[in-house]
Amino acid sequence: MNVVTEAVAGSRVNDFVIKIATVNGTGSASANTLLMKTIFRMGVPVVGKNLFPSNIQGLPTWYEIRVTKDAYQARTGAVDLAVAMNADTYAQDLEKTAPGGYLIYDSSWPRPQLLSRDDVNVIGVPLSAMVNERFDTARIRVLMKNMAYVGAVAALVNLDMEVIRGLVTETFGTKKHLIDGNMEAIDLGYRYVLENFTCPLPIRVEHSDKTDGYIMIDGNTAAGLGCVYAGATFGAWYPITPSTSLMDGYKMFCEKYRVDPETGEHNYCIIQAEDELASIGMVIGASWNGARAFTPTSGPGISLMSEFIGFAYYGEVPAVLFNVQRTGPSTGLPTRTQQSDILTCAYASHGDTKHILLFPSDPKECFEMAVEAFELAEWFQTPVFVVSDIDIGMNDWMVPKLEWDDNWQPNRGKVLSAEQLENIDKFYRYLDVDGDGVPYRTLPGEHPKGAYFTRGSGHDKFGLYTENSDKYKDVLDRIATKIDNAKSRVPAPIIKKAAKKTRWGVISVGSSNGATVEAIDRLATEDIHLDYLRVRGFPFSEDVDKFVDEHDAVFIVEQNRDGQLRSLILNETTAEKKKLKSVLWYSGKVPDCRFVVNGIKAHIAEESA
Amino acid sequence: MTSIAKPRIEQHLLRNKLGLTVRDYEGGMSTLCAGCGHDSVTAAMVRAFYELNLEPHTAAKISGIGCSSKTTAYFLGQSHGVNAVHGRMPSVATGAAAANGQLHYIGVSGDGDSLSIGLGQFCHAIRRNVNMLYVLENNGVYGLTKGQFSAAADFGSKSKKGEPNPHTPIDPVKLAITLGATFVARSFSGDKSQLVPLIKAAVMHKGFALIDVISPCVTFNDHVGSTKSYAHTFEYYHPAIHADYIEPSAEIKAEYEKGAVMEVELHDGSKIALKKADDDLNPRDRGDVLAYLSRHEALNEVVTGLLFVDDEKLDMNGRNKLPDAPLNNLPYEKLTPGAAALAELQKDYC
Repeated sequence: MNVVTEAVAGSRVNDFVIKIATVNGTGSASANTLLMKTIFRMGVPVVGKNLFPSNIQGLPTWYEIRVTKDAYQARTGAVDLAVAMNADTYAQDLEKTAPGGYLIYDSSWPRPQLLSRDDVNVIGVPLSAMVNERFDTARIRVLMKNMAYVGAVAALVNLDMEVIRGLVTETFGTKKHLIDGNMEAIDLGYRYVLENFTCPLPIRVEHSDKTDGYIMIDGNTAAGLGCVYAGATFGAWYPITPSTSLMDGYKMFCEKYRVDPETGEHNYCIIQAEDELASIGMVIGASWNGARAFTPTSGPGISLMSEFIGFAYYGEVPAVLFNVQRTGPSTGLPTRTQQSDILTCAYASHGDTKHILLFPSDPKECFEMAVEAFELAEWFQTPVFVVSDIDIGMNDWMVPKLEWDDNWQPNRGKVLSAEQLENIDKFYRYLDVDGDGVPYRTLPGEHPKGAYFTRGSGHDKFGLYTENSDKYKDVLDRIATKIDNAKSRVPAPIIKKAAKKTRWGVISVGSSNGATVEAIDRLATEDIHLDYLRVRGFPFSEDVDKFVDEHDAVFIVEQNRDGQLRSLILNETTAEKKKLKSVLWYSGKVPDCRFVVNGIKAHIAEESA
Repeated sequence: MTSIAKPRIEQHLLRNKLGLTVRDYEGGMSTLCAGCGHDSVTAAMVRAFYELNLEPHTAAKISGIGCSSKTTAYFLGQSHGVNAVHGRMPSVATGAAAANGQLHYIGVSGDGDSLSIGLGQFCHAIRRNVNMLYVLENNGVYGLTKGQFSAAADFGSKSKKGEPNPHTPIDPVKLAITLGATFVARSFSGDKSQLVPLIKAAVMHKGFALIDVISPCVTFNDHVGSTKSYAHTFEYYHPAIHADYIEPSAEIKAEYEKGAVMEVELHDGSKIALKKADDDLNPRDRGDVLAYLSRHEALNEVVTGLLFVDDEKLDMNGRNKLPDAPLNNLPYEKLTPGAAALAELQKDYC
């Protein structure tokens, strides 16, 4: 295999990777966020990836910060500066550091000689010793040691201490003693490194202006915010990693914007259900009753919800589901990322079903697609899935600021009002009045003429129970047409043509976008040119058929073992099987561009062999 | 076919305060077996809503899967209905109740639907005190799949083939009382005079109201040796507390002996008048009711009536601080923070 290597060569301003190894539950997240946000505020694009265990306290965890002047969104796979704060993983962290790179360790205790490496610059800082001398209790010492490594890193890579101070001040607000304590700890690390080592290193940060107009936000928070702007009033959920923070976000924004200041009443309702069987039932009940309702979950939750999803599909009840995918099957690696529920979501439930899917590739799209999901669910009267993953959902991404148009109003779809019902002769729930496959619905309590019966058992176009084959097929076929019509309503794919005409194309989806975009750039420097299509919705737009048709070979980049997006494209478009070549990543770790580069090169080599 | 329309013959029928007849509260023709207890419950439901003078479309019916769950198609044809998936009526009712607290929610389920796959949802709807009537039509067997024991079948009760049930039953009444249910009743499909006023009181109770109705299955569980047969239920029937629903302005009828009636005031000013058969039962004390049930169970008795009631606890919507105006109909202006707020809040993400 042709491996792309990453060597630290000379001065790399605003283009390197810091990886911090800590122990889960030691409060290092705030220190790592502080480092990343400092770089962001200095105007330099950053990527932050959290690699954490399924554990509350004690197991190793890593946080990776890529400083990327070119604003790439993926990892690089290399480590230029390792901050080895976890003795248990010290050997591993040293080994993973790129030749010519740097490693900071806590020199309060002796380091075993056998773990030294000649090609890595090892920087010992007596973090614990300094912090223990200055601070008292055990918990404070642990937290302040984190701040001390922030100071050490700041000195080494030239971070602006005024920016750091500004962030610390914002974090602790009026609590001056906390600001002072944290800044003091940061200063301990900062000053020690300045006094004992040549600073800054060749890998360093310099002020830039490339983050103006951007924010740093995680996809779950952005999706929760999108639910608020969509006008969702009901959310039911069962706690599951990694979707929990989506409901946390929705709740936080609702508490801020949806509580009546005079009465204290809530213009929203969140129910923590007993399980996912119930959370989807609640969503269906609320949606049937006319509220915009949603549930955030992950793959295991989708499995549990599947029976009800089929009910909502066939009974034509809107529902919005967020699937923040994690590594399966079964419990799998619950804190690691994958795109392995694509097929499960597309065809969830028994019987003939097919669902509308939206695929965000970053938090901004999580916000926008959350809104779009409710529009589509209510218009098409069917479950709609926003298919995200841990990488998008739980990592902070740099994205353009979210925007909103105050003239926007939700389109609640074909719901007959009491007045409309008063003026019609008779209402039939499943009649295709407009010829677009979408029937009219009514809400309970609105008008006596609006009553109908929602059932998962066979029904005819009038909404009556039937076991008559023709009448049953009539409804089932109309629903198929309805869902097919959604292909022109889901977000269109993003297509980026190569600089030169090419017979090769690449298709990716969701969080595979970052690695794919970077790989395409890399390959272009090697004179391998690729057109690119990023799928954003299912049923697939006809652009997907066309894209495959226009190329001799199309490489499908996705994060699962079985090539699920490829299968879905084969199943749902006119694409020729032999044209579609899988490029797969399914380790659970957030990918970098090398698997795409190597995978595409291997396919091309095979083709020309 | 469960959608056969009933012929509407309305002449000479009495009309309620809304000018509606009982026919206006009926639904499609039942397709259950002739003599099924569930059809009596359906009739009681029609009568109760007629007598409550409620507009039919202000009710919403939700059910699960099974014979009992089919019955929501047989009453209140002018109300919306959902026939959901097995055991999961409570979650649909929960979501629906949150979206619009102004409707009367009627959940209909059976012992198969509620006490096996549905047991979790049954318990959690009780915990949340969802404002709904929950009718559990209890016959001890699975009818549609031809006569298997349900989790409500009594220990030793015999199947149609003569096999005794080796397992102890789940009693929804005792379970509901221990879980903090605010209205717990048991009744019998064969006693309309008890069931109709119970349904009325349960509908008007603000909170979760369970009526466990012994409703015999004539096809699979009405034989000698079954503890859920008509004959067995009649023989051991013990009406412990009779409940009457009294409209806000109405006086309690004088037919009760003075001192024997206990009044429970409901949130809207209406009342439930309770008439006890025994002095050693206090329907406001959970421990007392459980002890009473155990004593009479030992005698194989089927204790019925409104066994526990508490109209003081906040219902789910109250606990969630929901406005009276339905969530499903709030103007978008009340829901969106707007563009300026979006710009402002993003300062925390820079």
